[in-house]
Parts: sequence; C-alpha cells; structure tokens
Amino acid sequence: MLDDGSGEAMSKVIQTLVRYGELFGATRLVPLDGPTHVVTSMGMAGLEAAFDLLDMLIAAGAKTVEPFTVDPRPYDFDAVPYTDDEVRDIRALYPHQDRYESQLRALGLKDDDAFSCTAYLPETGNTPGEGDVLSWAESSAVVFANSVLGARTNRNSGLIELMGAIAGRAPEFGLLLDSGRLATWKGDVRTATLPPATVLGSEIGRRVVEGVPYITGLDRFLTNLQPSAARDYLKDFGAATASSGAVGLFHIENVTPEAIRLGTALLADGFTSFVVDDATFTPSSTTVRLPDLDLGVEPDTALIGCPHLSREQLSSVVGSILRALEQAGRERVSIRTILSTAPHAVRAFRAEQPATYERAIAAGMSISTFCPALHMNCPSSAGSPVITNSHKLRTYTTSHFFEDDVVLNRIVHGGNAAVQTGQEVTS
Amino acid sequence: MKTFTGRVITAGSTRGECVVTRQGFNILATYFKGIATSDPVCHDQNNPDLFRKHVGGKVLCLTQAIGSTTGGMILQCAAQLGIAPKAMLYSGHVDSISAAGILLADIWDGNRIVAIDQLGDEFLDAVRDGGEIQIEPDGSVIVR
Repeated sequence: MLDDGSGEAMSKVIQTLVRYGELFGATRLVPLDGPTHVVTSMGMAGLEAAFDLLDMLIAAGAKTVEPFTVDPRPYDFDAVPYTDDEVRDIRALYPHQDRYESQLRALGLKDDDAFSCTAYLPETGNTPGEGDVLSWAESSAVVFANSVLGARTNRNSGLIELMGAIAGRAPEFGLLLDSGRLATWKGDVRTATLPPATVLGSEIGRRVVEGVPYITGLDRFLTNLQPSAARDYLKDFGAATASSGAVGLFHIENVTPEAIRLGTALLADGFTSFVVDDATFTPSSTTVRLPDLDLGVEPDTALIGCPHLSREQLSSVVGSILRALEQAGRERVSIRTILSTAPHAVRAFRAEQPATYERAIAAGMSISTFCPALHMNCPSSAGSPVITNSHKLRTYTTSHFFEDDVVLNRIVHGGNAAVQTGQEVTS
Repeated sequence: MKTFTGRVITAGSTRGECVVTRQGFNILATYFKGIATSDPVCHDQNNPDLFRKHVGGKVLCLTQAIGSTTGGMILQCAAQLGIAPKAMLYSGHVDSISAAGILLADIWDGNRIVAIDQLGDEFLDAVRDGGEIQIEPDGSVIVR
C-alpha cells in the first residue's frame, strides 16, 4: 500500500501505521469493525503542527471510512457563566477551534453533537460490540470499550486513531490479540464497602501502570447495583486507571464480559498479585502533598463530569444537589457548579425531566457539554480554586480532588469549612 | 563510564544533558499548561522527578510515557516548537503514546527525537539529572 498511488499524504498515513505497528510486533494491518473515536477536540495554540498535518490529509481527499465521534469541546458559551478573564483566556488559548472543527467535518465527523468523551454510551451511540476491532483514542473511552464492552482497540495516540480510521485498518498487536488481553496483575479488593470509583481506579492505575489487571472482590458490590450504576462506576474507575497509569483493559471477575466468559483463564503466566483493603486509602499511605496545593483554599467552582456524566448520572447528581439545597433551606448553590455531559444527554434530560432541568438552572447549576480539563487549561481557571470529584481531572489540572460528599457539601453550604475538614485524596 | 545498547526507534547521533524520571512520563500533564506559550518546563504535579524541570532539548531517560492519548500529538507539536526532549531513552519497551509522537514528528514534520528503548533497568540506575550522555546511531548509549 505504500505505493498505491494515492499521494504523499496517504503514503505517509500508511507509513505511520506500519512503523507504529512494527514497534509493537505487528505483522499486518487488520480491517476495522466500527467507527473511530477521536481524542483531540481543541483548536489550541501550540498545536499548529497537528492542524497543518490535517490540512495535508484533507488536501489529499482523505476521509474516514465511517463517521467518527470526538472528545468534548473546550468551552461552552451557552451554558457556562464565564468570567471576563476566562473569556479572554479561551479566545487566546483556543484560537484555532473553528479551523479545527471544520477540519473534523471534512474528515468525517458524525455530526455537531458528536463531541463527548463518553460517546460509547447509548445517548451518543458510538457503541461497539464485543470483539469489534477499533482504532480509538481517548484513554477513558479506550479502557471502557475494551473492558466493559469487550471491543478491541489499542491505546492509540491522537492522530494515529484518525489515520487508522482513514485507512480503515489498524496494526494488529497488543489489545487486538488474545495474548495481549491476558491479565498480568491480579488485584483482590477486600474493602468493607465499595471504594469510590475514581479513588480505586487511581490506586490500581498507579500499581499496574500499563498492565492488565484482573480484579476480584468488586463483583460483590457491583452485581448489587442497577446495571447503569455499575456501568457508570466502571466508566469512572477506568478513567482513573487510564490517567493515573496507562491501563487500556481491565477485567472484573463475574462482571466484565471476558471475565464472565473466561474467568481466571485470563490470568497470564507469572502474574503479580496485590491486595487493596481499607488501609490502602488511609492518608499516610496514599496522600501526596505537593507544594502548590493548599488545603486552606476557598474554592469558587465545582467541576463534575470528567469523564462526561452519563444521562443517569446527570439526573442523579442534579437530584442530590437539589435535595441537599432543600434540606439546607437554600435556593441556590453557593459556588459556581458546572456539570458536564454529552450534548445528547442534555437534550434527553431536558426532554424527560423538564421541571427538574429548570429547577437546576434556577438553582444556579450549569449543565454544560464542555471538557472540564480543557476549561482548566485556561490560566485564569488554572489559577482559581476549583474542586472536583474526578481524579482524572485532578491528574491533569490544578483542581483539588475531594470525594462526592465533600464536594456536595461545599456546593450547598459555601465557606471553607467543608474543604478544611475534608480529606483530600491524591492517591 | 558505562555503555548500554537498546533497540533503535529513531536513529541519531547526539549528546546532551540527562533529565531522569523513574515513574511514568505523563506527556499531557507535562505540556498541557505550557505548550501554548512554548514553555519547556514540566508541569506534571504528580511527577516529583520532573515537576518544574526543563525537559526541552534534554535527553529524557524514562521507563515509559503514561496518561492521555492526546500525548502523542502533543509530543509531535512540542517537537515542532522546540520544547520536546532531543532524545528519549527507555529502560523498557516504548509505549504506544510516546511512540506515536516520535513517529508523527519524524514522518510528518522531519523533526527527529532520537529514541532508543529496551535499555534495561540498570540503565536507569546509571543515569542522573544533569549527567552527560552520548547516543550513537546503532542504539548504544554512553553514560558519562
């Protein structure tokens, strides 16, 4: 294919995929079974080399074989009450957004609502089937597709996934092969209660880095949850494993499809064992204090939804905040509170629960479709005190991570007490 | 002086100052805050080995890259801006994210980050921040 006459750009696409695959022992490119998910969604200053590359592809007539989805946009002027400084920063930091979105449309973007890091959920519908070979990026989407849906994609980098989608094939190695899906770690969760997804995922990601963990002991909790709640737990757990480490696949005994089908036969020879128990999450064993973090800060913003909230999570979080406000005798949230979810999930929520949606907006919540991490990349946002319940967001930004109850308390009551008494977990 | 030999990912002859991380190199967390201003400083607050250190133009000695899959494209763009490491030396097998960045920079922009992997755990024991290192096109690395 290197000499198929489709021009220099297409030749480079194939050259890139072949050399990339060869580094990992691939001997062939294999056809894709489904649409791609693309990680890069921001027209950010500094990324001109990538945008120039895309111009070369478009000029060569390149287009993905199937329409693709992409991560969330970096800003949402319709839903988020920005400060003047933030608007200034957004304009300066993302000057190429219109250019980049035009490029995505030219290359085969599904539609203007295809911007979500959880596009694999039913609301957006880029949902692969078990065994489907894919060319995906976005670490949280890759780990969900592999682990929870049983699809097969490597942890491709931005642009590699798009080149695979254009070529309609991917180099066959790693997580595309049965051998690459064997568990190199066995983790036994012995906690008394279900740990927060993002905390447990972060702990396991740090331990196994890019290994494949087979987790026992979680099924006793997850099989008692509603299916959508268990799915969303695994979504947030996986996102944390992938950002604190480089996990592309996990197996949960009696829960995820390959673990149900194959059980401990998934354990590779010579796997390493570890235990996660309640002592794992004591401050002395997990907390890393860093010089620029100050527990005494008074947060002015709460960001919830990294990765994007599912439709069910959106409804649940809004309900929790409204109930807590009512119990506190308050009408509005005390700090700027931004919930982030897929465009289709916002639409469904508004259609299915219009009164609740209106109450949430009246109470001061913003229901956005933006990417919290890209929001936090703006200097004025990065320099302001922001709290989140997402360990992924905390990994990539200066936001402060707290567990759900502390974040909720701060949203409702304001002041600094809740944060000062809360335990920051930076596992 | 010690010599190590690994697998050549992108060949080159270069010499430079080491910066060493013994935990995963998070490309996005390193550059996210600074790439718009061509800042070569590592902003990954979770990596005490690299946090607030210059990585641009250095020989980065690492186990592997971790974190967001945006990383490869970020590394490609960092190379174009002159704030990427001049060389990346891996003790183990290269990861899929940094491999992509190295290849994108090389194939599409002609920006070569000299890269060698599988140098062994002893390699990381032998290097230290600020130390000098010589890299040869055949994949040999001389730690001075």
